[in-house]
Amino acid sequence: MLTQAPPENTAARLAVDIRRKVIEMSGSPNGVHIGGSMSIADLLAVLYGEVLRQPAGEGPPGEGDYLILSKGQASAALYAALAATGVIPEAECATYAEEDSRLGGHPMKRLPGVEFSTGALGHGLSLGLGVALAGRRYGHDGRAFVILGDGELQEGSNWEAAMAASHLGADNLTAIVDRNGWQISGRTEDCMSLEPLADKWASFGWRVRTIDGHDHDHIRQALGGPAEPGRPTAVIARTIKARGVPGLHDTKKSHAATLDEDARRLALAVLDGEPV
Amino acid sequence: MSTALAARRSVAEVLDHVWRNRSAIQSRDAYAMMLLALGRENPRLACLATDMDYEDHFAAELPRQYVDLGIAEQNMIGVAAGMTVAAGPVFANGMSPFAIARAYEQIKIDVAGANLPVKIVGTHAGLASGHYGPTHHSLEDIGATRMLPNMTVVVPGDAWEAVQATVAVANDPGPAYLRLGRLATPTLYDERTDFVLGKARVLREPGRVVFLATGPYPNLVAAEAARALASRGVSAGHLNMHTVKPLDREAVLEAGARAEVLVTIEDHRAVGGLGGAVCEVVAEAGGPPVRRIGVPDVHYDLVGGEQYLLDRAGINTANAINQALDVLA
Repeated sequence: MLTQAPPENTAARLAVDIRRKVIEMSGSPNGVHIGGSMSIADLLAVLYGEVLRQPAGEGPPGEGDYLILSKGQASAALYAALAATGVIPEAECATYAEEDSRLGGHPMKRLPGVEFSTGALGHGLSLGLGVALAGRRYGHDGRAFVILGDGELQEGSNWEAAMAASHLGADNLTAIVDRNGWQISGRTEDCMSLEPLADKWASFGWRVRTIDGHDHDHIRQALGGPAEPGRPTAVIARTIKARGVPGLHDTKKSHAATLDEDARRLALAVLDGEPV
Repeated sequence: MSTALAARRSVAEVLDHVWRNRSAIQSRDAYAMMLLALGRENPRLACLATDMDYEDHFAAELPRQYVDLGIAEQNMIGVAAGMTVAAGPVFANGMSPFAIARAYEQIKIDVAGANLPVKIVGTHAGLASGHYGPTHHSLEDIGATRMLPNMTVVVPGDAWEAVQATVAVANDPGPAYLRLGRLATPTLYDERTDFVLGKARVLREPGRVVFLATGPYPNLVAAEAARALASRGVSAGHLNMHTVKPLDREAVLEAGARAEVLVTIEDHRAVGGLGGAVCEVVAEAGGPPVRRIGVPDVHYDLVGGEQYLLDRAGINTANAINQALDVLA
């Protein structure tokens, strides 16, 4: 448990560190879901840096907060966050997708800091609701945060969970939608439109906040504030897929990619603000 | 719902009560009685439901341990897995065809893969829904669940075995599927013996023929067929394979070593379930021919009650005898 407020720049430093590690992992010949990993980098930075109290895997079972990465394809960003916060060794990131690594293309429960294996879309919100209910009924004060892809919301099971969460008054549950606007085949609105997305969540009984998912103050306010009694919170985070990666920024092709050495060097230079 | 359900009973008292009334009580009511008793003793036990009504007493007495998720099986299984961070065992209740087939991906990944103490209890299994038709029949559930790592798959043979199995899966640390029917069925037992997960019950010592059955009606068919063969001078045994996973390999192989034919009987597809499991063991270790009795590989859309549908599928005594004699001849 964090006993004092972290330095003001913790999230900022974490965000750069997460992005750097994702870029480094994207040299993997197996490819990395770089687009969706970079779009949640700021969300993870604020969560791990300032919001999560004793994240799962660091304390006794059933205590602390839980983060569930329902959009498991963004595993590289999660591994980066776990490495940057000391849950797993930093050097382990270099093993991404290698044989016998603990870091697969989708996160697995056997890795410290990963409470639930994810990757099959539409599971995380139900898991998070279960965690939240267990918190209320079995005496721990932990909160559940679930990061969902926007395309993922096309899976109907999410809406079963959304309906149940408000019916059951799970105010310790927060759904964070990574609204980067893309899915494998193109724009979400062309494939299967999600809008009006905020209205959908509101009509299911959720408190809804729409934020800039790259603005740390926005994220802090949306995730760090008090719950609204009796209502779960949905945060629609407007993000940019592969944000800041030259050639991939806000593109369909950023969904999964391998960056060669030159591309990685260029992306790291942009990240560090060097003239390119 | 029986008023007997409302009585406050301890686990030991439920065992006694159900034993005394084992042919008159529905397995699902017996299970619900036992679940309530277990819930009283263990405040970490949770009961999740999908618009069922047989857990009403649980909801009334232990509301903090109870959640109704509505008609939404996928969500229920995910919620059950999530709750294990602080609760367990978590009993997830539904009608078998929906709790298993619709929520299979959640069961595969969130429950079995994660090896969590979620106990899925499916009622109306097999052909128990009778005239409600194939949407409500559950003929693939044993096969589907036994393919999953870590899963225990139990099919009680009567109400007495259902309460024993409920205690056993509650005490087992891993995930389980408990398969229940709908109506009360005659008991298989005239003496109280201990129930052990994964250990077949010998209801009649192996002979030239051994019937291996799982579930209430299949075991009744097996008992009757074994008696009929014996009365014709053909020695015939009967094993109740209440646990399909882990299968009691030792019992199967011992039966196979003594018998000239093994006949499996189940109210499930003839592929993938108990018959498949027995064939896998016998094919690898050696043994006599195996004949499988189950629902054939057709879309089974006849209209009729459970017993009629079982009969038309060949899950009956005459077919069991014929299958055995066909090999012996």
